[in-house]
Amino acid sequence: MKLTLFVWRQPSGASSGQLVRYEAPDVSPDMSFLEMLDVVNEGLVLRGEAPIAFDHDCREGICGSCGLMINGIAHGPMKGTATCQLHMRSFKDGDTIYVEPWRARAFPVVKDLVVDRSAFDRIMAAGGFVSVSTGSAPDGNAIPVPKPDADLAMDAAACIGCGACVAACPNASAMLFTSAKVGHLQLLPQGQPERHRRALGMEAQMEAEGFGGCTWHGECQEACPKGISIDWITRLHRDFIAATVTQREESAADAGF
Amino acid sequence: MTRILGFWRSVVGKKVVMGATGLIMIGFVVVHMLGNLQAFLGSEKLNAYGALLHGPLHEVTLLLRGVLLAAVVLHIVAAVQLTLLDRAARPVGYARKVPQAATPASRTLRLGGVLLLAFIVFHLLHFTTGQVHPEFIPGDVYHNLVSGLSRPLVALFYIVSMLALGLHLYHGAWASLRSLGAAQPAPSPLHRPVARVLAVVVWLGFTIVPVAVLLGWLA
Repeated sequence: MKLTLFVWRQPSGASSGQLVRYEAPDVSPDMSFLEMLDVVNEGLVLRGEAPIAFDHDCREGICGSCGLMINGIAHGPMKGTATCQLHMRSFKDGDTIYVEPWRARAFPVVKDLVVDRSAFDRIMAAGGFVSVSTGSAPDGNAIPVPKPDADLAMDAAACIGCGACVAACPNASAMLFTSAKVGHLQLLPQGQPERHRRALGMEAQMEAEGFGGCTWHGECQEACPKGISIDWITRLHRDFIAATVTQREESAADAGF
Repeated sequence: MTRILGFWRSVVGKKVVMGATGLIMIGFVVVHMLGNLQAFLGSEKLNAYGALLHGPLHEVTLLLRGVLLAAVVLHIVAAVQLTLLDRAARPVGYARKVPQAATPASRTLRLGGVLLLAFIVFHLLHFTTGQVHPEFIPGDVYHNLVSGLSRPLVALFYIVSMLALGLHLYHGAWASLRSLGAAQPAPSPLHRPVARVLAVVVWLGFTIVPVAVLLGWLA
């Protein structure tokens, strides 16, 4: 296959960037999208140019490192697939492909197609965990969990934190990510003691990072490589209302944790 | 109090307020539409309904107007603040962006909201206070309706605005229940049979009146 690429090149976060045209004359349909970029990069290195920087790690669709805006669609045209699992057979010979980084104020560009997603880490640190006593491992199934709840929690826990929901959202909102990370713990008995602090704390951190709000376009769930549903956003709203109504007035000292 | 302020300051809290105020306005719009349709029962019936609202039910009307005004103000303030926040969240846009799920209704929600605000202001000056109605007779609802809408440009503005209302409801009636956390989990969450029927009924129910005047069915 012969392809024409327009790739966002930006030497650093502080400098300006632009789309640069590259020809990829010898692409196999069996390559993954990242392998295609690897081949383009080999050509660039041979010519003495800087290779295109992009994030990747496992290349199995489970780590959440990769993520590119491909022809205006987060993770490209294949549904339920991260960029690394997108193959060039999804394109036709002669196609023009635009490759851009995730765009959000909370995801500043580091270089070329690499963005800084540590905003997600800080949302997680604001409540995306359960506090447990350390020591020997507890007995398996010591705490009964209804099977439907376990299955549902797993649907949200499938989130790999790639940021496609933010990238696809017209408001650059992180509601799908935040609601999935709040929601899976709210369904489990281990998540109950901190459920209200979790909903309020993670929502507040999401705002502090500069993400937008949800207007229910539904773009996020279409972009999600794990098929996480906007039903989780509805659940977060429900949790947030319940937490606001039932929270005790906390002193300034224990408001943050 | 700090709790209520904190709720209002949060993004999710504002969305909940938008959903709740939206439902109040939907309730009003449906009642208003049913009131309008009495025009097809004749001038006595419509004028009697108007007299009922301003006579025996005067206090109720005032109370509902107060609630409605508060809902409109909260809805608009929240919408403006959230829009500014959303704009700021993506300072650099995409060269290419292909919507995968957003509907024409969801994408025109803000523009439609601005049009509806302009419409509401005009509509109140037109049929409630009569400032922009050249043949306004206080209390003669039927006469005001027919003479007001027999001007084609005015009728066209009403028809276009009701299209915007239908689109606003197609998205808003569905999204408000989601923002309130009231929607039940669904296999395809973007499907909205109830909102679809509501939007079409409200759109047709309002649009039929100016169309009927233009076609001479109401005279």
